[in-house]
Amino acid sequence: MLEIRGLAASIGDKLILRGIDLNVPDGEVHAIMGPNGSGKSTLGYVLSGRDDFTVTGGSVLYNGLDLLDMAPEARAAAGVFLAFQAPIELPGVNNANFLRTALNAIRRAHGESELDAVQFLKLARAETKRLAMPDDMLKRNVNVGFSGGEKKRNEVLQMALLRPSLAILDETDSGLDIDALKIVADGVNALRSPTFSALVITHHQRLLDHLVPNRVHVLAGGRIIRSGGPELARELEKSGYAGVLAEAA
Amino acid sequence: MSIVQQTGAAGFLACFETLKDALPGDPVVREKAAAAFRLLGLPGGTSARRSEAWKYTSLRPVAETAFMTPVVSGFDVDLSASTASFSRFAENPVFGPLPRPDRDPMVALNTMLAEDGAILRVPAGVDAGIVRIDSHGNGSHALHPRHAVHLGPGATLVLLEIATGTGGYLHNAVTEIAIGAGAHLTHIRLQDESRDAFHFATIYADVAEGGTYDGFSLVLGGRIARTEIHVGLTGKNAVAHMNGAQLLTGTQHADFSSIVRHAAPNCTSRQTVKNVLNGRSRGVFQGRIEVARDAQKTDGYQMNQALLLSPDAEIDSKPELEIFADDVKCSHGATVGELDAEQLFYLRSRGVPENEARAMLVRAFLTEALDLVTNDAIRSMLGEKIDLWWERQAA
Repeated sequence: MLEIRGLAASIGDKLILRGIDLNVPDGEVHAIMGPNGSGKSTLGYVLSGRDDFTVTGGSVLYNGLDLLDMAPEARAAAGVFLAFQAPIELPGVNNANFLRTALNAIRRAHGESELDAVQFLKLARAETKRLAMPDDMLKRNVNVGFSGGEKKRNEVLQMALLRPSLAILDETDSGLDIDALKIVADGVNALRSPTFSALVITHHQRLLDHLVPNRVHVLAGGRIIRSGGPELARELEKSGYAGVLAEAA
Repeated sequence: MSIVQQTGAAGFLACFETLKDALPGDPVVREKAAAAFRLLGLPGGTSARRSEAWKYTSLRPVAETAFMTPVVSGFDVDLSASTASFSRFAENPVFGPLPRPDRDPMVALNTMLAEDGAILRVPAGVDAGIVRIDSHGNGSHALHPRHAVHLGPGATLVLLEIATGTGGYLHNAVTEIAIGAGAHLTHIRLQDESRDAFHFATIYADVAEGGTYDGFSLVLGGRIARTEIHVGLTGKNAVAHMNGAQLLTGTQHADFSSIVRHAAPNCTSRQTVKNVLNGRSRGVFQGRIEVARDAQKTDGYQMNQALLLSPDAEIDSKPELEIFADDVKCSHGATVGELDAEQLFYLRSRGVPENEARAMLVRAFLTEALDLVTNDAIRSMLGEKIDLWWERQAA
């Protein structure tokens, strides 16, 4: 269970999150929608521990742990995973090596044995096949020369291998064609279980057709101004944010 | 027969006067080198000539140290994986045509005092495997080895040089390399000297038509160090790589200088030099590409990149192009930066602990320069040295 209370965060002098309250119970998928610049990506970064944001107030508990007090790698070990909106390129780092290092770091943190190269490749190949990714994506440098869609799929591959219990997907659907969108949604759906939850940041109803959320929240001006069921996403798709924003004002 | 000498250029000259009758080889060459050294001095030392080539590297600490010289050989040659023929400079003291004692003070010093060195020959068409030369410095000894490598047409050799030692010694090597038509030398150097030592390696290579010089130096050790490589591409379609990686910490100073001379058409030179600088260390890169009037269709590329791990570290970079032909493709670039915060966060957000993430990014930074090393065993040996260096930084 993710419990966010009064979360406020800034970058430099600019206050971006102005008091977020949000509960995501285990087993649920919640969508975060909202206009550009409303703080959606910042929320994802703050939850995963990027240190150029300063938390100025509030608390975040995840399964009883004080997330804000933990290093990014400790949050990852506790099950938090952020799928980046713009995945980072790592020239000189082989993708398979990157994935295995990450997986083994998390296994180590859980007291599990590390996987050797052979065990890992077997696992990774099964996942790339399921995600309809070409095999050579494992051999290439991380995200270097990847198309937008390949980068997003590489995020989903990482998620599939690391098996987080809380996934934050930051516009993972943007730049994907309909087939890729379905693959991404299937990738998340495959992880759904009573112990898995997800925060899905998106602009579009399209992804939510495949990845049906339990709740939809509208984030504007650094606050959640409205929450509702899946029907809220359809309403926003039809009439835009103007109505919701006017109502909240 | 080792003697304690006085310090500075005068000390080395006095040492030469004492030893010269016992030194092997042509005394005229020795005397000329001594005359040149008297004129040039130790750059940065008192009464030395100002030198553009030594603009960023001062040898004052070398001038202020008393060394014992000479010591016998100071190196071992492992031929167990090679069919190359080997002889010693002490027995066959030939000074080749490439080194320029008249221009370079450390080469003059070496020519004046060299007492031994490894001479390797590979006959035409032979793949002679891997030769390994280990040098060991110790105490306050001064070593001036004079090595030579000759590859006949179509010959192939991998030369692995590893320099180590303990103490505040001076290791001042000159290596002369002749690569025949279509021949291929892979020259991998690991400079892992004592942190108190002075290391200078001056390499002169001549590459004939269709020949290749693939050079990579990993520089980890030394108080003051300089790798100076002169490559002449003298036959058409010759190729040279002069890659390097310098990982420095504390107050180490390491200079990587190279001059590639395109003297014939259709030649290619490629260079990637990376510096990883911690503490108050200082890295220097000087690279010059010279293209002669006849060297049309020259393809030259040079990249120098530095990763600063500390705000007190410093890099000096001086790339130069000197082009007299009109149909050439030459480019060079230099970058300086810190570890990328976004890349670091990306790795950590995947569960990779901070120190491991930093190590991965440093290794990744070095990859491009190391890619020249294709022999798996040598590559992994160098990789282990880099990992060990990192562990010492993190400790």
